[in-house]
Amino acid sequence: MAFYRSTVLVSVDPVCVEKGAYELIDTLNDELIKQGLIDEVRILETTRLGDPQKLGPDIIVYPEGTHYTNLTYYDIPRLVEEHFIKGRILKQYAAKMQDAIDEELSAPKSKEVRVVLRNVGVIDPRNIEDYIANDGYQALGKVLTEMSPEDVIQEILDAKLRGRGGAGFPTGLKWRFARQAAGDIKYIICNADEGDPGAFMNRRVLEGDPHSVIEGMIIAAYAIGSRQGYIYCRAEYPIAVSTMNLAMKQARALGLLGKNILGTDFSFDLEMRMGAGAFVCGEETALMASIEGSRGEPRTRPPFPAQKGLWGKPTNINNVETYANVPPIILRGAEWYSSMGTEKSKGTKTFALAGDVKHTGLIEVPFGITLREIIFDIGGGIKNDKKFKAVQTGGPMGGCLPEHLLDLPVDYETLGQAGSIMGSGGMIVMDEGTCMVDIARFFLEFIQDESCGKCAPCRLGTHRLLEILEGICNGQGKEGDIEELQDLCEQIRKNSLCGLGQGAPNPVISTLEHFMDEYKAHIEEKRCPAKVCRNLIKYEIQDGPCTGCTVCARNCPVSAITGERKQTHVINQDICIKCGICYQVCQFEAIKVI
Amino acid sequence: MTRSENNVPANPLENPEQKAVIDGIINENLHLNGATMVILNQVQEKIGYISPPVQAYIAQKLGVPISKVHGVVSFYSFFTTTPRGKHTIKFCLGTACYVGGIEQIIEKAKQLLNIEPGNTTPDGMITLEVCRCVGACSQAPVVVVDDNIHGRMQPNKFPKLIQEIQNQEAAH
Repeated sequence: MAFYRSTVLVSVDPVCVEKGAYELIDTLNDELIKQGLIDEVRILETTRLGDPQKLGPDIIVYPEGTHYTNLTYYDIPRLVEEHFIKGRILKQYAAKMQDAIDEELSAPKSKEVRVVLRNVGVIDPRNIEDYIANDGYQALGKVLTEMSPEDVIQEILDAKLRGRGGAGFPTGLKWRFARQAAGDIKYIICNADEGDPGAFMNRRVLEGDPHSVIEGMIIAAYAIGSRQGYIYCRAEYPIAVSTMNLAMKQARALGLLGKNILGTDFSFDLEMRMGAGAFVCGEETALMASIEGSRGEPRTRPPFPAQKGLWGKPTNINNVETYANVPPIILRGAEWYSSMGTEKSKGTKTFALAGDVKHTGLIEVPFGITLREIIFDIGGGIKNDKKFKAVQTGGPMGGCLPEHLLDLPVDYETLGQAGSIMGSGGMIVMDEGTCMVDIARFFLEFIQDESCGKCAPCRLGTHRLLEILEGICNGQGKEGDIEELQDLCEQIRKNSLCGLGQGAPNPVISTLEHFMDEYKAHIEEKRCPAKVCRNLIKYEIQDGPCTGCTVCARNCPVSAITGERKQTHVINQDICIKCGICYQVCQFEAIKVI
Repeated sequence: MTRSENNVPANPLENPEQKAVIDGIINENLHLNGATMVILNQVQEKIGYISPPVQAYIAQKLGVPISKVHGVVSFYSFFTTTPRGKHTIKFCLGTACYVGGIEQIIEKAKQLLNIEPGNTTPDGMITLEVCRCVGACSQAPVVVVDDNIHGRMQPNKFPKLIQEIQNQEAAH
C-alpha cells in the first residue's frame, strides 16, 4: 500500500454527517488536489472522535494527533495552507485537551495492556488494507500453511485462553469437543449479543477492528472443521452490523472468506444475523434458537452445542472478545500470552468502566490487577470528590462489591468467590449517593422483564423477588422479608434452567451480604440512608440559599413548586412526586433531601 | 406511514407499494436457513410494524403456522404490531443511565408530551420508548432520538430535543 506523510481521520458519526462531515471531506479532497498534496495526505472516514454534539464535525490529523473541532467546509483552505503547507497548528480550531479525549477510548493508561483493543481507534475499520498493514490475516496465513487443526487447538489450550463471554470455559477445550464431535456439517457462531447493561467492549471491537473477529472465526473454523459461520449481533448496534457486513465483503473480495481461502483447499463463509431486543438471546442455546428463526428460549444442556447445536449439528460458539484474542495468540505464541495474568486466568480482559468514576470508558488490563487499581489509578477515582460505595461487575447477573474487597486481584475465580462474576466486562462504579436496595431492585426489574418465561423458578421467582424489593423500597418492608429473599434466591439459583435464572439472585445475594444495614434501615426504620427511595424521602427548599431564580418551578414536571421571583420557593408535598429534577437543576444547592 | 381517516392504521398488504416491499423481502430471504427472523427484522425496519395480517401473510409464504410467526413477533421487544410515531425517542434504561438519572428525564418527557413510554402522541409524531442498554454508557444518561445518541442528558436540556424535532417538522 502507498505511504502518506499525513492521515486525516474525519468523524462520520451521524451527528457529524448532519453537521456537514461529507461536505468537509469533499472540500478537503478538492483542496488537497489543488495544492498538489493528494498523494501525501490521505483522508479516512472513522467513527466518532469526540462528543459530536459539542465538537462535530471534527477531524484528527496524524502523525501529530491534532484534533480540530467545529469545522465547516469554508475553513478547509486555511487549514490546508496552515497545517499541511506551513506546518503550523491552526489554534483557533484545535481542541482543548480536556475536550479532545475520546469519551470511550482514550490513550492507554500506564497499567493497561492492549491486545484485543490493539487496533481499535488506530486503524480505519472500513479498510481491510489498514488491518493487513498491522499484521492482519498473518495469523490465518500461518495457520493454513504451517499448522494442523490439532496444532491450532493445542496452541489455544497452551495459551489458556478462557471464554470472555463470562463463564470462562477454556476455549481450546471447547474447540476440541467440537472437532471430535461426529458429523460432516459443523457451525461456528460469534456471540455479539452484548446485552449486559453497562457493557460496550464488544461493540467497540466490532466497530473498530472487525477483521480481528473475522480472522479469529476463520481460524476457529479451520480448527474444528467448519465451513459455515454466523455472527449474531444485537439490533441495538446498527453501526457494528454495517461495519461487520462491509468487512466480510472486503474479506470475501480478497479470498479470505469463501471458497479455497488463500488458495488452500479450506473453505469457509460467514453470515450476519441480527437479534431483535431480547437479552436472553445472549445465552448460547437461546441464541441458536433465535438464529434458527424461533423464540429465543434456552434449552437444557447437555447436549452441549459442541455435540448438538445449531440445527442439531456440532457448533462452536464464542464471544467477540474471545475470537479477537485468537490472531495475536497464533502470531506471538501461547507462551507470550500466558505470561500475562494470574495462575488460572491468563491474558488480558477489556472492561467498560462507567458510573460515578472520573474517567469512564474502555480499558484493557492483564488479569490479576486489583479493582482498586482499575477504579482509582486508571479510572481516576470517584467523581465530585464523593466517597466510593460499591462496584458492580458482570452485568445484571453479577454482584456489588464493597470497599473492603477492592484489593482482590481480578480473575474469574476471585470474583466468583467474592459473590460476583467476571461476566462480559461491565464495571459500574457507585458512589455514596447510591441506594443498594434500589440497585438490587433495578437489576431484578431488568431480569424479571427479560426472563423468557420458559421455566417457573425464573419466571415466578424473579417476579416475587421484585415484589418484595419494591415493597422494601416503598417503605412497606416487614419482618421476615430478608429471610424470604434469601430463601427465594437459593431456590432460583438452584432450579433455573439457564444462566439468566441461575445468576438472577446475585445482585440480591451480594447486596444482602455486604449492605445488610441498608436493608434493615429501610425495613425497620423506614429510612433510605442514601436518600434515593422516593417514598422514604422528601425534598425541601431552604430559606437561605434560595435566590428565587424560578428554575426549579419551571422544571418541575407536576408544578408542585410555587413562589414569586426573588422569593424563597416552596414545594407542595402533596403534589410532589419526588422525581428529584429540582434538586438536579438548582444552581444554589438550596434544595435539601430529608 | 399510512393511516386511514379514523386514524386506524391501514393494512400494508392493501397498499401496493408496501406489499411490493414485503414481497421483495420475503422472496429475497425465503431460501435462508432460519429465514423468519431475517424477514421479520427487515419488515419491521422497512414498514415500521408487523400487523397481524402481515404476520399471517409471512407465515403462509414460509409455510409455517401463524402461531409460530406470532410467537416470534411477540417474543422480541423490537417487533411491534402497531405503527410507531414518525420519530422515536428512546430512553436507555441501562445501569449507568439509571445511576445517572434517566428516570428524571423520563418524568420530564411524560410531562412535556403527556404520554407514557410505549405510546405515541395523538398526532403520530413522537413515540416514547424505554430500551435496554444501547452501549453508550460512558456518556450516560443517554437518550436516543431516531438513530442519534444524545449523551449526558439533563432534565432541563431535554425540552430542546423535542423543540428540535418540532422545528424540523414545521420546516417540512
